[in-house]
Amino acid sequence: MKIYQKVLMVVAALSLGLLFVFPMWKIYLKAPQYPEGLELHIWVNKLGGSSESVLQNFNILNHYIGMEPIHAESFAELKFMPYIVIAFMVTGVLVGLIGRKKLVLGWSGMLMVAGAAGILDFYLWLVKFGTNLDPKAAIKVPGMTYIPPLLGNKQLLNFEALSLPALGSLGIFLAISLSLVVYYFSLKNKTVTRGVSSGKVLV
Amino acid sequence: METLINKFKKAAPKAALLMAVAAGSALQGCSNTDGRNAGSTAEGVASDAASAVYVAPGKHDELYSFLSGGFNGQVSVYGLPSGRLLKIIPVFTQHGENGYGYSEESKAMLMTSHGFVPWDDLHHPKLSRTDGQTDGRWLFVNGNNTPRVARIDLTTFETVEVMELPNSAGNHCSPYPTNNNEYVIAGTRFSVPLDMKGGTNDVSLDKYEEEFRGSISFIKVDKDKGDMDLDFQILVPGFDYDLANGGKGPSEDWVFFTTYNTEKAGTLKEVGASQNDRDYLAAVNWKLAAKYAAEGKAREMPANYYHNKMDKDTHIAKSTVKKKVRYLLPEECPGMMYLLPAPKSPHGIDVDPSGEYMVVSGKLASAIPVFSFAMMQDAIKNKKFDGEKNGIPVLQYESVLKGEVKEPGLGPLHTEFDGKGNAYTSMFVSSEIVKWKLNDLSVVDRMPVYYSVGHLMIPGGDTKEPHGKYLVAMNKITKDRYLPTGPELAHSAQLIDISGEKMKMLLDFPTVAEPHYAQAIPAEKVAPNSVKFYKLDENKHPHAVKKEADVSVVRESKNRVRVKMTAIRSHMTPDNIEGIQVGDTVYFHVTNLEQDWDVPHGFAVMGANNAETLIMPGATQTLTWVPKKTGVFPFYCTDFCSALHQEMQGYIRVSPKGSDVPISFSTGKKKQNIPGVASAH
Repeated sequence: MKIYQKVLMVVAALSLGLLFVFPMWKIYLKAPQYPEGLELHIWVNKLGGSSESVLQNFNILNHYIGMEPIHAESFAELKFMPYIVIAFMVTGVLVGLIGRKKLVLGWSGMLMVAGAAGILDFYLWLVKFGTNLDPKAAIKVPGMTYIPPLLGNKQLLNFEALSLPALGSLGIFLAISLSLVVYYFSLKNKTVTRGVSSGKVLV
Repeated sequence: METLINKFKKAAPKAALLMAVAAGSALQGCSNTDGRNAGSTAEGVASDAASAVYVAPGKHDELYSFLSGGFNGQVSVYGLPSGRLLKIIPVFTQHGENGYGYSEESKAMLMTSHGFVPWDDLHHPKLSRTDGQTDGRWLFVNGNNTPRVARIDLTTFETVEVMELPNSAGNHCSPYPTNNNEYVIAGTRFSVPLDMKGGTNDVSLDKYEEEFRGSISFIKVDKDKGDMDLDFQILVPGFDYDLANGGKGPSEDWVFFTTYNTEKAGTLKEVGASQNDRDYLAAVNWKLAAKYAAEGKAREMPANYYHNKMDKDTHIAKSTVKKKVRYLLPEECPGMMYLLPAPKSPHGIDVDPSGEYMVVSGKLASAIPVFSFAMMQDAIKNKKFDGEKNGIPVLQYESVLKGEVKEPGLGPLHTEFDGKGNAYTSMFVSSEIVKWKLNDLSVVDRMPVYYSVGHLMIPGGDTKEPHGKYLVAMNKITKDRYLPTGPELAHSAQLIDISGEKMKMLLDFPTVAEPHYAQAIPAEKVAPNSVKFYKLDENKHPHAVKKEADVSVVRESKNRVRVKMTAIRSHMTPDNIEGIQVGDTVYFHVTNLEQDWDVPHGFAVMGANNAETLIMPGATQTLTWVPKKTGVFPFYCTDFCSALHQEMQGYIRVSPKGSDVPISFSTGKKKQNIPGVASAH
């Protein structure tokens, strides 16, 4: 692999660092009584929002429909996900240094699987919170569940919920697409620089 | 609304004609008293008045205005130009609505050397200043009856400090901040026979002339926190000190006081105090006074007065009793105080934005004298004295007079300025606002107001840089202006557009109680700092509980029970309490666990002999209750907080004295999916 490709691969690995700087996903709630809106931010390692007490305010609103309170401690994912991300970053940098295109593809594929697993996990949580309702809830609407949208918007009683990936997810997107770009260009390397690399290929 | 505009449009030409006739004949503003009723509605009303004051739903006003509540002891906050009431801030008066003066935390705010005084007469709000302009940090107000000065914090719109003033009676001439809040200055309206031990002498009322003295208090203000401290007083001759205002620019070091009853009458003052053709404008160099006080000219006397302060972390007010006060005597402090003769029982004293002109409104005088600060300096330098009074030099009237506004109207009371060279004076007797020019003292416009205007206010009109767009007239008599409400009527404020050559009447808006003076400030100086809620983490109330698991009900002594409870949408914890006995003093310390905007909870219990208490998010408030009979007593949230507000209630069981029912408390029967609910007992 050429130097620029190695560099690009390292950049791809490091772009996962965005996950520690920005939230992965944001759920926006809007209601007549909340003109300023309520935002729940899902990070790789924590839950946050538009204000310090956003979780309490989410939970106060949700308890009327019998939804279980959301606490960061309930999610084991928030504890181990950061290690997975760090592992990907470290291996990604190593792959970049080693500069073997198969490793690049492998890394990229694993990251895609991990990302898909993350989204699936997120969706399952949404379903769990949205359907596992206390039978003694104050507000019960027959047949109604409160699964927030995974992507896009949805009306949940008086709240309009909008769910969108945030800048942290851009890190994953960049990591995957950059590594694929590296892989793609390194495929071309073969034809242009056959003489140099053929020995290695034979080995 | 459409038809109203049309009516105005139709009436406007008629009104203009009326105005022209009135202006032609109006040498004195009282000339058009008859026929006023018929034409009064349309007279002077701008054709675009409705749109000029219309603030669309959901939009904010351009200005906050703070109107004193007079005999309701409160401050009311109105938006301008809409005239919409935004808040009533209790200051000197108990407020059952939110528990101010009833709750254990706030009671101390109303403590004085006379004991608990839950009412006062609040006349003059004054905004804090930086460089002679309003800075939107605090509002200082006076209590007239039991002399006090209070400070309101404009981030919370709550009263945070009340300072009692010794050696004062009728704290009317108060409170006047200097240009950088170095001092807030307060003069006494009623002179009293000081015993020089912090009280008054038991003397014959015939002894007014010999025994009675006035005082001017200099309250130091902490630059950052705003905390007040009575630095010293000046003991002055036994006149009535009516109003004051500070200089600016060249006159920055001075503050000016109107006086009446220089005759020193002790009875039937309406006659006795109206004999001298001239009373005085007292000029005090506050910087020199502070210097004298600092340099050891001040003596000290015993005193006894309260200083009450609200702690911002605990939200608990604490009283400190001060036992001495320093004072200066003008006769010992040369150059500190001068008297300027001013026509007949002057009321308002107002200093123009440049600081050069002092306008004195003699309510019984036929002209408005305008004094020149430069001339005053010159007269002092050249000793153009006209004798002295109690050791204080009296300056010659002509030597300090720039000129008089001739035939301005009847009963001039107060003047404010638009920053464009114009002054506006309220005329109590002829019931009008008169606009005149500061340079040649000529009257240029008149606007009738309804009825008997007292103070007027231009936003920033008493500062270096007036806002100059609106004028608010605060009228003493309402009569037919609004729908009648029995013998006691609403009070009347009127909003006038002063942006053009001619004043234009825009709006009548009724006010609560009786506004005397007011202040206004552009919203952008205050609104961005408005606190949305208190942070629970920063709540240092000794009886706060920050999570439901920590609530408690404890019998602390034979007759005292302490309930530490919480409120959050939509329940209280605990909401079932047993083991209370008849005659117990029960303290309910309620912490509002909410951390969101606009979610106060109220707490009220049946039979409480005080009030409810309203608890802001993150704060703790305490209501005391002494049950007098056995039975079950409900309590509940009084502020409609949520869809299940009606369910936010609980019960207390009261058993006979000495009963063996143990203390127990709980919320909910089993663990439910409710944030933080702890089934405790």
